[in-house]
Amino acid sequence: MRAHRLRSALTMLGIIIGVAAVVVMMSIGNGARERVAAQIRSLGTNLISVTPGSARMGSVQLGSGAAPRLSEGDAVAIESEIPGVIVAVPLLYSRAQFTVGNSNWQGVLRGVTPSYFIAREWAVMAGREMIWEDDRRAANVVLLGTTMREKLFGHADPVGALLRIRDVPFTVIGVLERKGQSVWGDDQDDVALVPITAARRQFVGTSRANPWQVHNITVKFAEGVSAEDTMAAVHDLLRQRHRLQPGQEETIMVSNLAEAAEVEETATRAVSLLLLTVASVSLVVGGIGIMNIMLVTVTERTREIGLRLAVGARQRDILTQFLVEAITLALMGGILGVSIGIMAAAAIGTFAQWPVVIDLSAVLLAVSFAACVGVFFGYYPARKAARLQPIEALRTE
Amino acid sequence: MVLIAVEALRHSYRIGGGLVWALDGISLNIEQGDFVAVMGASGSGKSTFMNILGCLDRPAEGSYRLDGIDVGRLRQDALATIRNRSIGFVFQSFNLLPRTSALENVELPLVYRRMRAAERRRRALSLLEKFGLADRASHTPAELSGGQQQRVAIARALVTEPLVLLADEPTGALDSQTGQEIMAIFRRLNGEGLTIVLVTHEPEVAANAGRIVTFRDGRMVADHPATQHAWHSGSQGRLSLVYNAQ
Ligand SMILES: Nc1ncnc2c1ncn2[C@@H]1O[C@H](COP(=O)(O)OP(=O)(O)O)[C@@H](O)[C@H]1O
Ligand SMILES: [Mg+2]
Repeated sequence: MRAHRLRSALTMLGIIIGVAAVVVMMSIGNGARERVAAQIRSLGTNLISVTPGSARMGSVQLGSGAAPRLSEGDAVAIESEIPGVIVAVPLLYSRAQFTVGNSNWQGVLRGVTPSYFIAREWAVMAGREMIWEDDRRAANVVLLGTTMREKLFGHADPVGALLRIRDVPFTVIGVLERKGQSVWGDDQDDVALVPITAARRQFVGTSRANPWQVHNITVKFAEGVSAEDTMAAVHDLLRQRHRLQPGQEETIMVSNLAEAAEVEETATRAVSLLLLTVASVSLVVGGIGIMNIMLVTVTERTREIGLRLAVGARQRDILTQFLVEAITLALMGGILGVSIGIMAAAAIGTFAQWPVVIDLSAVLLAVSFAACVGVFFGYYPARKAARLQPIEALRTE
Repeated sequence: MVLIAVEALRHSYRIGGGLVWALDGISLNIEQGDFVAVMGASGSGKSTFMNILGCLDRPAEGSYRLDGIDVGRLRQDALATIRNRSIGFVFQSFNLLPRTSALENVELPLVYRRMRAAERRRRALSLLEKFGLADRASHTPAELSGGQQQRVAIARALVTEPLVLLADEPTGALDSQTGQEIMAIFRRLNGEGLTIVLVTHEPEVAANAGRIVTFRDGRMVADHPATQHAWHSGSQGRLSLVYNAQ
């Protein structure tokens, strides 16, 4: 083995690639799983999102103007009529220009009620929370996400500072805890939250046809309550409130946010599947390489085998010797593959901005795969060596 | 005491369509402590005979008892044990493992006995010392002369303390001077009580033995004590008796 370093290295190539692919695959899979779990946690658990329009909604439908809009009344009805619902929060969104001193920034403005912070399990880090009094008075107060706060105020304490949103002055009452990236890749902390009443009065609630329109209703249901049942109940209630006939086009989308987050994981799952294919093919190719090289080795060393048999080696001694050699080759490939896999996973983490989690179980799994390949593909050559007759083996040149 | 008892031994090889009887009815007893030289022209079946004695090959017919054990009936693993414990084999071409030190080569049979490494080493070293190779223990075969390699091979054959030392033309690959050195070792070992069976076609080598048996065409044609006679094969392959002055 040591006499043919290049030959051994080439033989190990398949194993190296296969094992590296296993490590990368598991690191990406673990990373994705952990990210999704973290994102679901940051989203808040047991949430349902209600938005107007359906999954099949196209521009035609939008143009018809037939789509019923969600209203604050819908939120109140969901909260009061559906058992198991803790809060139903009406939301308004808008992009807006924020001005501090002479500097301007574009950003996302969200009109919410104090229930929103319960639904999203989102605490205030500095300053005070939004209270119902703010809502009732339509107070010009704003809570900032950490990113927004950094953009607008840098490291200065913004609580109590004045801020203009679309030229309307608002007072910063607090800063929210960091949430991080959402499942959909946007920065959840790049946001400013104002009472929905203030948002409606100042910016968005101007439609005369439906003055109480909202863009979204976020529903939080109690622990132990079935998400499907709640979604069905919300759906039925809204169809009834909007007088949709049975069979009439779906115009309200009710979705489970946690599930939506999990769906995002399928992207990484597809990559994992690809890597799994690469890994299996490489491991098989590597195994065949090992079998080939071991057959060559057995042929080259027939005389040595004969000598070993002549001095008293039993068949199983020879079998063990060549199996150990095959496994050693496979394991060396495995260890090299693990190193390359870890480097590749780290590189993917750095350059592709994918979350990767390299854990011991991935390494152990990959190495034991390699060992299994060694045993499986090394067995036949080893058995061939063990079955040689001493005199015939000694006679070969 | 009879150590090796061979009875009507026959062995054939398949060549082309037919069988060639390399051994055609050999019967022979070898006593404990004997030093036997097997002589005969090339192709007379000497190596075939030695391979059977060494349990490297099985006879087609006849029986072979080693130390009372009917070797012909043993299974593979039992034969491996016999080769490991009862037989020391020395080859014409040394058959040392390349890229492996003299010491490790000598230790090899003990490895298959599952002996502790320290004990293996101790035994192998003491034999290398006995054959004047203590300072060559870490050398590989490529770094040793032919005579040194054959001495390492003899040490390997003896490290298991076998009942019999079998040597198939052990001096065949050596010059006559070195060959005589090897034969001196054999004589010394026989003097210590070791049973030796040796194949050679050189009368000077055979002269070291106590008994010379001669093969021709797979049969034993002569069996003489060598203290009185040595065989000399003439140019026509004719055999003649010559008095041995030694
Ligand atoms: N492996 C073999 N296959 C076929 N024939 C063989 C083989 N080994 C030996 N023989 C034949 O058997 C006969 C005896 O050979 P061998 O025992 O090697 O004789 P020696 O050692 O006395 O020269 C010869 O005719 C030889 O050609
Ligand atoms: Mg021969």
